[in-house]
Amino acid sequence: MSKQQPAQFINPETPGYVGFANLPNQVHRKSVKKGFEFTLMVVGESGLGKSTLINSLFLTDLYPERIIPGAAEKIERTVQIEASTVEIEERGVKLRLTVVDTPGYGDAINCRDCFKTIISYIDEQFERYLHDESGLNRRHIIDNRVHCCFYFISPFGHGLKPLDVAFMKAIHNKVNIVPVIAKADTLTLKERERLKKRILDEIEEHNIKIYHLPDAESDEDEDFKEQTRLLKASIPFSVVGSNQLIEAKGKKVRGRLYPWGVVEVENPEHNDFLKLRTMLITHMQDLQEVTQDLHYENFRSERLKRGGRKVENEDMNKDQILLEKEAELRRMQEMIARMQAQMQMQMQGGDGDSGVHGHHV
Amino acid sequence: MDPLRRSPSPCTSRPPSPRTPPCEMLGHVGIEAVLEQLKIKAMKMGFEFNIMVVVIAVIWLLIGQSGLGKSTMVNTLFKSKMWKSTLPGLGVPMPQTLQLQSVTHIIEENGVKLKLTVTDTPGFGDQINNDKCWDPILGYINGQYERYLQEEILITRQRHIPDTRVHCCVYFVPPTGHCLRPLDIEFLQRLCRTVNVVPVIARADSLTIEEREAFRRRIQHDLRAHCIEVYPQKCFDEDISDRILNSKIRDRIPFAVVGADQEHLVNGRCVLGRKTKWGIIEVENMAHCEFPLLRDLLIRSHLQDLKDITHNVHYENYRVFRLNQSHALPRGPGWVNLAPAPADLTATPGPWKVRWQAHDSSDEEC
Repeated sequence: MSKQQPAQFINPETPGYVGFANLPNQVHRKSVKKGFEFTLMVVGESGLGKSTLINSLFLTDLYPERIIPGAAEKIERTVQIEASTVEIEERGVKLRLTVVDTPGYGDAINCRDCFKTIISYIDEQFERYLHDESGLNRRHIIDNRVHCCFYFISPFGHGLKPLDVAFMKAIHNKVNIVPVIAKADTLTLKERERLKKRILDEIEEHNIKIYHLPDAESDEDEDFKEQTRLLKASIPFSVVGSNQLIEAKGKKVRGRLYPWGVVEVENPEHNDFLKLRTMLITHMQDLQEVTQDLHYENFRSERLKRGGRKVENEDMNKDQILLEKEAELRRMQEMIARMQAQMQMQMQGGDGDSGVHGHHV
Repeated sequence: MDPLRRSPSPCTSRPPSPRTPPCEMLGHVGIEAVLEQLKIKAMKMGFEFNIMVVVIAVIWLLIGQSGLGKSTMVNTLFKSKMWKSTLPGLGVPMPQTLQLQSVTHIIEENGVKLKLTVTDTPGFGDQINNDKCWDPILGYINGQYERYLQEEILITRQRHIPDTRVHCCVYFVPPTGHCLRPLDIEFLQRLCRTVNVVPVIARADSLTIEEREAFRRRIQHDLRAHCIEVYPQKCFDEDISDRILNSKIRDRIPFAVVGADQEHLVNGRCVLGRKTKWGIIEVENMAHCEFPLLRDLLIRSHLQDLKDITHNVHYENYRVFRLNQSHALPRGPGWVNLAPAPADLTATPGPWKVRWQAHDSSDEEC
């Protein structure tokens, strides 16, 4: 029996205080050490400012040697997937950001096959994660699943185009969609409101499931609740991207210089860029959670139900059935030919034998 | 068959006439400048021309994807709200086939009446599969030529055949900032052989000045690379002064335009423009956009030229093509028996039959 307890195991001063309120800090420390991973996919027609926006969001240059192909090259091009990874560190917190770009989307005259490549990429990432998760060594699974998809809507139309609707319906069960109105400096305030309302109406009409920000918990502070409310009201975000520093009102801001004025990227009155960035940062965790709990689980259950067979297209099924039927037909024909040959031989043999057997007529 | 030529113009010098000052008062469109143009042409032809034209009919076709500001551009051009932009209502599916809507408007200014018909093309290039979306438009244009042709070959024909042929086609290029899209190239290639095409960069207020210039150069390069001859065509320059004038225009094509039909107060003046939080984009201000250039081209300086080229070149080409089809050469008035018009009027006659004595030997024959 030890009368004197070692110094570090004394009871804390407050009775009834066990000390596990310290857990969040431990989690925080672990996550900071581990670092975060996030995969963002950007989809939209060429010329909508996707690359500029990504560069502005993360204040980097993800596409240093970019060559924009001319029209002649675009005619032959199919949609490609380009993933670029960058490690950003801020105050000790590491973020491994992967941006998946889809050049060639919407370029062709006939865009029917545009999104097959994109969908198979998303499925492939899920497949790989499933494979890793079911493997023996599960310590260092790299999560390359697409957590969020920014879909760029052109501000020049009157709402969603048929291609937009078709694409969103094809992937809304696989990935979180955040619709973004690009090049928002072409719109006046009234036009912007009208376009947003119209897009939201069309999304509802077509039953497209975009990413919904979770409501703030009732125990959060008022500021956070207000911020969440504002964010929810501004979907889809209308953004302007730029990394050029312009001199305006005596200070340097990032913006675009026009003869009639300067559009400031980080001015909430000019566009929703700050809101988009806030949403992305405060809800990065939530986006990952929804991907894991909803989209990935959906994919996994579908996949396991199928029992290990790879996805077959309807067309391929039909082709296969056709081939099989043809093979069967051929076999039957061969059988018939053989039977005929046998009968022939039998008859000939029979003729020779009939003398022996002596048929009586 | 002899290559067709443009109407002869013996006079080689055109008196320079700055008809209107560059920055002018509002409310004045400048239609009566067409009288000046007619007079000059008449002088070149070398005889007294009594202008008894009462109503000048001009037909334009606007082509571009929805939302590029075609209807607003028409309103801006005529400073009168002649066209309410029509949005398809919710629940109404996008028109699956191309539908053409025409609006005719008679504008009078200083005793000159201009009957302008503007045909809009909603639903062009908006579908997922835009293959052959140019067929209805080409069919429409050729249909107008056919109508005129039928009138022309009648045995007793009207003195003044109503002209419904498309004189000018304004093609709206979306301001992506990169280059022409495959759809644009396909369309322009087919269109340029049938009608005068003026490409414009629509909604140009999304491009800064540098981006605009770079975009323009790239478009010009693309047009050259694909042998697309837009209006004013190089091969129809009659003389040196024409060439100089048109070269200046060609350098600025495609014009970067912004359309607006609302007026705002700027520095005490009432201007047409778009009001945003960071400034007002003035439509008539050359530093902001090139709308005045487009307007001057279409109305003030080249209105008659557009009609002439349509009549003398495009229509003649169509006529030759049709006559060749029916293997019948006119043997005199009233003897032409045309084969019935083909069901599919989308066949383009092919490269222009008009050959110009190339002053500029660097021109490629496409």
